[in-house]
Amino acid sequence: MSADRKLEARRRALETRADILHATRAFFLSRDYLEVETPCRIPAPLPESHIDAVPSGTWWLQPSPELCMKRMLAAGFRRIFQISRCWRGRERGARHLPEFTLLEWYRAGCDYRGLMTECEDLFLYVSGAVGTGGKLHYRGRDVNLAAPWERLTVGQAFERYASIPLERALKEDRFEEILALEIEPRLGNPTPTLLHDYPLAFGSLARRSKARPDLAERFEIYIGGLELANGFSELTDAEEQRRRFERENEIRAKRGQPSWPMPGKFLEAIPRMPESAGIALGVDRMVMLFADASSIDEVVAFTPEEL
Amino acid sequence: MYNASDLRKNLRIMLDDEPYIVVDFQFVKPGKGQSLYRCRLRNMLSGNQMDRTFREVDTFQPADTQEKNMQYLYREGDAYHFMDNESFEQIALTEEQIGEAKNFLIENMECKVLLFRDRPIDITLPNFVDVVVTEAPPWIKGDTVSGNYKPVIVETGYKVSVPPFIEQGQKIRIDTRTGEYLTRVKE
Repeated sequence: MSADRKLEARRRALETRADILHATRAFFLSRDYLEVETPCRIPAPLPESHIDAVPSGTWWLQPSPELCMKRMLAAGFRRIFQISRCWRGRERGARHLPEFTLLEWYRAGCDYRGLMTECEDLFLYVSGAVGTGGKLHYRGRDVNLAAPWERLTVGQAFERYASIPLERALKEDRFEEILALEIEPRLGNPTPTLLHDYPLAFGSLARRSKARPDLAERFEIYIGGLELANGFSELTDAEEQRRRFERENEIRAKRGQPSWPMPGKFLEAIPRMPESAGIALGVDRMVMLFADASSIDEVVAFTPEEL
Repeated sequence: MYNASDLRKNLRIMLDDEPYIVVDFQFVKPGKGQSLYRCRLRNMLSGNQMDRTFREVDTFQPADTQEKNMQYLYREGDAYHFMDNESFEQIALTEEQIGEAKNFLIENMECKVLLFRDRPIDITLPNFVDVVVTEAPPWIKGDTVSGNYKPVIVETGYKVSVPPFIEQGQKIRIDTRTGEYLTRVKE
């Protein structure tokens, strides 16, 4: 297919993308959120073992706007959202682009459960704006977006769908493999699933659950087998955060990868952070859902290979 | 050496000391977790397929394979003989290794032979071959029942559908990847 015809074939998905962006902004503005912009090029990315920041000179392109937005939260901005370009090296597949669009929002005086409700509201609002009216049709199946969505703990998901118990998956370092290959494809049908309460090791920046100290107050949204967003109650303990960052770097060192510099100004700001929750949602994936696209390539104007 | 992130469709890698080709590939990454690479692989010696999931820490050696330009000479029973264009050495492939390609092999044709540690394991034909039609039913004017196509047999014994105006003794061009008729070749 010629380049022009390829673009033309994506016209409808690109129109859906524009509608989703407009509706998302309208949703947050109606709830007194401030739209913010923080720099894309940063001196220290978030130290995470499995995310490769893309170098830009001696700095990096942001893998997410998380650090800057949390510094704003600490400075007293109580409701903020941002739609920004993010980069993650070596991520390319039917659901991944190395450059993609992320929607992040943070809210003071809220925990992860409050955010789950807000996610339900957002998707319903967007479905109204793009004209699918409270539901959507993805890959041959109808998904009903009406609240409340299914809430499932990671423990329950393993019991229900996994071939081995959670404890064993953790011990054998197969947690992510089982989650991705056995559990994910079965989530989010016929209503979206909010998968929550992750083992502590899988919530690097999430607050520890008071009732269950072995769990992190983290959740993910799955719709039609597609992972959409990752949210959590924010960790506001600077010492614990520093320890977790160091552990992420140790994992990288074991694999022979260079460690990330510590994001000093973010660590300094943590004690001033209010009780809050934040979430990152993949906008391209959201467009895939509403445009019923099987590949992320279909919802962007150009993939890196087409440039 | 390859890393898991180098995995692509058609990449040839060594696994358990045998050459495999990636026939299907899927990148999976849960949340903020580690990358997984789901592959369907075909053993290049046995032809058997298997599924395997690799992680970002996995590494591979490239398959010990080499492609050489060769000329197809002749067939003798189950053996198809080829000659290396540079060394003039002769090698043979079995009918099973040749597979579908036997439908389009014509003497003196140039093709690419894939070798694993000097053993031939596969061949790649040119995308298009010109072959002579050896058997063709006559063109019956007004015959629209067969959808304006008729079956003919070409010099290799291969049966193919062609437009009704193709006659015995004419040359036609076939796409070896799809096995379909493309056009009549005028000489």
